[in-house]
Amino acid sequence: MARFTPHTEEDIREMLDTVGVETLDDLFADVPTKFEGALDLPPALSEHEALTDVHKAAAENRSGMPLFIGAGAYDRIVPSAVGSMMQRGEYLTAYTPYQPEVSQGGLQVIFEFQSMISELTGLEVSNASVYDGATAVAEAALMTARLAKRDAKVAVSAGLNPRYRQVIETYRVETVELPFENGATDFSAVPDDVSGVFVQSPNYLGVVEDIEAASGAAHENGALAVAVCDPTALAVLEAPGALGADIAVGEAQPLGMPLLFGGPYAGYMATTGKNVRQLPGRICGETVDEDGRLAYVLTLRAREQDIRRAKANSNICTNQALTALAATVYTALMGPEGLREVAELSVSKAHYLADRLQEKGVSLRYPEAPYLFEFAVELEDVDKTNAALLENGIVGGLDTGDGAMLIAVTEKRTKEELDKFAEVVANA
Amino acid sequence: MLRENKERTEGTLIRDRGRPGRRGFTLPKLDVPETKVGDILPASQRRTEKPDLPEVDEPTVVRHYTNLSRRNWGIDTNFYPLGSCTMKHNPRVNEAAAQVPGFAGLHPMQPQAQSQGALRVMYELQGFLSEVSGLAAVSLAPLAGAQGELTSILMVKRYFEDVGDTGRTTVLVPETAHGTNPATASMAGFEAEEIGLDEHGCVDVDELREKVDGTTAALMITNPNTGGVYERNIHEISEILHDAGAFLYMDGANMNANMGRMKASDAGVDIMHFNLHKTFSTPHGGGGPGCGAIACTDTLAPFRPDPVAAKGGDKYSLEKPDKSIGRMTSFFGNFGVILKAWNYIKLHGPDLRDVTDMAVLNANYVRARLRDTYRVPYDELCKHEVVVQPPKGKKALEIAKGLLDHGFHPPTIYFPLVVKEAMLIEPTETESKETLDDFVEALLQLADTDDEDLAESPTTAPTRRLDEARAARKLKARW
Repeated sequence: MARFTPHTEEDIREMLDTVGVETLDDLFADVPTKFEGALDLPPALSEHEALTDVHKAAAENRSGMPLFIGAGAYDRIVPSAVGSMMQRGEYLTAYTPYQPEVSQGGLQVIFEFQSMISELTGLEVSNASVYDGATAVAEAALMTARLAKRDAKVAVSAGLNPRYRQVIETYRVETVELPFENGATDFSAVPDDVSGVFVQSPNYLGVVEDIEAASGAAHENGALAVAVCDPTALAVLEAPGALGADIAVGEAQPLGMPLLFGGPYAGYMATTGKNVRQLPGRICGETVDEDGRLAYVLTLRAREQDIRRAKANSNICTNQALTALAATVYTALMGPEGLREVAELSVSKAHYLADRLQEKGVSLRYPEAPYLFEFAVELEDVDKTNAALLENGIVGGLDTGDGAMLIAVTEKRTKEELDKFAEVVANA
Repeated sequence: MLRENKERTEGTLIRDRGRPGRRGFTLPKLDVPETKVGDILPASQRRTEKPDLPEVDEPTVVRHYTNLSRRNWGIDTNFYPLGSCTMKHNPRVNEAAAQVPGFAGLHPMQPQAQSQGALRVMYELQGFLSEVSGLAAVSLAPLAGAQGELTSILMVKRYFEDVGDTGRTTVLVPETAHGTNPATASMAGFEAEEIGLDEHGCVDVDELREKVDGTTAALMITNPNTGGVYERNIHEISEILHDAGAFLYMDGANMNANMGRMKASDAGVDIMHFNLHKTFSTPHGGGGPGCGAIACTDTLAPFRPDPVAAKGGDKYSLEKPDKSIGRMTSFFGNFGVILKAWNYIKLHGPDLRDVTDMAVLNANYVRARLRDTYRVPYDELCKHEVVVQPPKGKKALEIAKGLLDHGFHPPTIYFPLVVKEAMLIEPTETESKETLDDFVEALLQLADTDDEDLAESPTTAPTRRLDEARAARKLKARW
């Protein structure tokens, strides 16, 4: 008998009697395509054996070393209290808050998450999160088409994370490419039939882009401006809402989520008040109960699939409540000063490393362009350099595939690690 | 529930618990020369206004979110028989697995040679899901059930584009379908058309035969359906579709009724999605994260999202299927969820069938105990869930709110839409007979209580009933 089922043989007998059948097999008498054999799966393991296997598989990975890859997921410090709150069973084992009277905890967390995202982006409303950064970008692309009342077609550049662009295209949105020079996008020639203009800042190669220029170009052409922003960077960069962006989206992973080989993370989406009805996904709003006490509830539900079915804004059903909780607890612990410090530490360390590399003759790909904590350097053989770094117990940067290494530096990296990195790269 | 200090808990936001200057976390000191953001960027690019974020200490943060958690119900605190949601116990060993540093610290863009363990987990889970469904190929990329649906229907779309069959414009969905099904069909560029039901609540085969033609791309069927009934004509249904050159897609939300008892392949299913957070008990987390892995036949396999895990010799890799629809996610899917499902299946092996058996036994037991008092629209063998209606004149909503005062989370109510005053009960296999008996007793007692006497309910939950209209009318979605 499976281990998480309480029934004894006696229980089963009594219950079958109540149902009025003889055997468990009889419960499947109505299944015309019954599978009669046994599933061909490895035999059941005890908890200890299973966990031993998990550790064995984990040991087949290379981790626990200083890491210099970013490219959309960052190796940031996660306070212990974040994980400990995520393990509260009341959050971990709840469903979507359809019965608000017994879901006030989760709902308030979402309300706080939305508030923090609104504050960071400088936009009036945020939803309760979407799956990840890429799907936030794709949903934003679809949202621009609904708002601009145009075919779904968006302008992007090589500065947009290429995987985000691929997901936009999978979601059946056409993309047109804007020129990309010296690490930044040229927004001077936005086509006049696009529904949205995307600007990622800092962009995929780390360069801080001109969101104001993107917004101006979008609005001149009757399109919406979508800013794709790293929430850590927003601690020091002007809020996209203040620079004219209509929608801000991005990956919330840097706010307290472990790397965990790419997920689960959480995508965030925020927009201006007038666009709220075109937001996909859940939104939590404030209300009162019958006694007049403040309470929270999912609201503007008529946008969603379970009500509007084929005419819904999106088919999205669940958000990322548990990882949104991580982002909320993380942001609360950091506060405005802590978040700024995370960004500033990363900036100082990244620039220190870039300076050390340049001293040793390594050139930056975009020496004139402003960057925060991620930058690209020219290298003849990235593979060879990364192999040398790995030999020295360091996971190097991302091979861009065109003769450059994209290096991310977080607050976790120490001077010693940075010096060693520069040393090994120079000698590779 | 323990007594709370009401002044300090109810609705008070974390922002309002702090005071300028308080900090909840210490970062390492700067150990390199400082680079000021002001030296890099012009003032126009720099943040001028400090965001209004909490300034609180760690004890306050921990107490705040712990107290909030006590205003939330989960499976850990209460029986949660929410139909079609499979709220089963979440084994804690899976949480331990996802925290192992060798996974938690692994970056998704590390070279594949450095992530062999993670790729092995993905490859093996693909195999496990293939075995459970009987279908040849699997993708773990979809981040939730709804995204699994979208992935599947996009694959169907791409298949028809690939073979040059341009007239397939319609996706059929039964009246009992989850709202995500028609929404998915629209999102993938199809017209969603509804199919009616027969007296068992199953797809009306005659109507299906009339509606299926050269414009049909697929039927999206949930099996067992959202009334908890096995689609007894599934063979005929798949034949009708296949004869017309269309696909049978199965919404796998209800796979907890099928493991080891029915394989989707035997039923003629071409493509389906799993909800790993339901069937394989990787927790729901209050509404995500999930994983909507899909399984499909060899015909559709080349269209799977980029990437899938593959094995050559003793090396694992990520590959792009040759006619892939493209990427669905930033990376490869919700790996933490994948890892938990892999572990859950390894804890059970072929005993997954017992999971299904106990889930189906529990649902039928509840049906048998309620049938003399509640109306059971499809009073026949159910699978892992059962739909009931309150005695005539009574409202599902009132009973649901009354259940809260008995300490039970209500079933799904007013769904499926075709059953008036529907209450969809899914007990799952992890509940004891005693819990089910207590739940049934509460339902019997509520059936005997006038709705007017329930109007005040709940009285013992963290809040009374809410003014939901006001939330929409005067939208306030942030501090």
